[in-house]
Amino acid sequence: MTVAEWLAMATADAERRGLPDLVPVLNGLAQATEALRAADWNDDASAETPVDVVEAR
Amino acid sequence: MTIAETAPRVARGQVRAERLAEDCLQRIRELNPTLNAFIAITADEALASARAADKEIAAGRCRGPLHGIPVSIKDLIDMAGMPTTAASKVRAGHRAAADATVTARLRDAGAVLVGKTNLHEFAFGTTSEDSAFGPARNPHDPARSPGGSSGGSAIAVATGMSLGTIGTDTGGSIRIPAAACGVVGLKPGWGEVSASGVVPLSRQLDHVGPLAQSVTDAWLQYDVIRTDRGPSPSAIEAASVRELRLGVPSTYFFDRLDAHVDDAVRRSIETLRRAGAAAGDVDIPHACDIPPVYLHLSCGEIAAYHARTLQSRPQDYAPNVRLRLEMASYALAEDHARAVRGKAVITREIDAALDGVDALVLPGLAIPAPPIGAATMPVKGGPESVRTLMLRCTQPFNVTGHPAIVLPCGKTPEGLPIALQLVGHRGRTPALLRVALAVERAIADAA
Repeated sequence: MTVAEWLAMATADAERRGLPDLVPVLNGLAQATEALRAADWNDDASAETPVDVVEAR
Repeated sequence: MTIAETAPRVARGQVRAERLAEDCLQRIRELNPTLNAFIAITADEALASARAADKEIAAGRCRGPLHGIPVSIKDLIDMAGMPTTAASKVRAGHRAAADATVTARLRDAGAVLVGKTNLHEFAFGTTSEDSAFGPARNPHDPARSPGGSSGGSAIAVATGMSLGTIGTDTGGSIRIPAAACGVVGLKPGWGEVSASGVVPLSRQLDHVGPLAQSVTDAWLQYDVIRTDRGPSPSAIEAASVRELRLGVPSTYFFDRLDAHVDDAVRRSIETLRRAGAAAGDVDIPHACDIPPVYLHLSCGEIAAYHARTLQSRPQDYAPNVRLRLEMASYALAEDHARAVRGKAVITREIDAALDGVDALVLPGLAIPAPPIGAATMPVKGGPESVRTLMLRCTQPFNVTGHPAIVLPCGKTPEGLPIALQLVGHRGRTPALLRVALAVERAIADAA
């Protein structure tokens, strides 16, 4: 699901629930999600096999 | 009056614990109506335990540096027999069956618990404005926020309502109010202090730690509450400032600062250089990706913890807190997976930045304490939301679990505190405290 598709669904749900004030907050989450998905550590199933990531904890 | 100054006098019987408790309770009575730092005041219990502490001293038994010392705890932490309100109507009727581990540690060390401090509801905010008990107020200007979420705790030690206090920090909730109120705030490394009996925000990001009037006082409390401690209190000695090697993460953390904060932090780093410390630039390449990583790491846990009450009694949450909780429930699992990957990347980068240095040095808080109700604040590059600015310098080290401490380093022309932050190696909080002690002394010597 793209961020735009997710945002459209989430916004419709918030409005259906009578929570219009939630919409700008969801827009903020959408911006953060776009940034997260653009990060260069994300995997691509058609590209190199991922090397191990040593978890911090 | 600090714990370090007071403790030897209590141990020698020169100051009675009962007198200390009475003095703090009097300050609470005088200041709390204005500052709203305390949700509950445990006067009778405090005086009884102070008298018991005095009897032990008279009998030749001193439990350590917190013996007879008045301490407060954030009202997110269980104290047996008392409500743990989390500053929310949602918790109405709660009464803790037992002490949280950290509360029990304080009692065993002889601390006198004077009350439970105000906070941002469920620790889900940075200003301590959204509390079912009303906003907490900054002691330097009551029209301003004390920071949050442990706002009441910072006010308590800044004003002497208690000599020590324990807060929690999920994105900066110890360090932000410590910086805004001009005191020391220590976020130990993740997992070093038990969070058992503490209302969670996000367990993978939650940290429990002390706020104090000095680095030594932070150490004295940390040494009591940390899980992995020896059988008796340990001493701390300052590192040599001439031998300090400090890393300055000069991008991101310095990009969006209030002008006075920028100036004071840079002057403090220059002071350390003049005192003999080596301070050079280091890079954290993915620092700008930390806010979305933080958000997506925390959303699932926050949504899960609040799901039932958000469904059954949403009106009992403060409107702003409710909206952010609702938002958390919309986050997708695939983005949590991306955030977990990002956390590992950023942790490695901060470890690399620390390689070859004793600590990172950076601002503690990007802005001075904001006016209560402010949505944005001016910083270099244009206005920015208060929440974003409050979290900017602190939340990275909740994601990665590195120990971090803030300490005062100056004031704005209006007299509002400005803070420096030091970040240490994972698993080496005592070493970070030795660095902080040296930095605290160097800044004091230069003042």
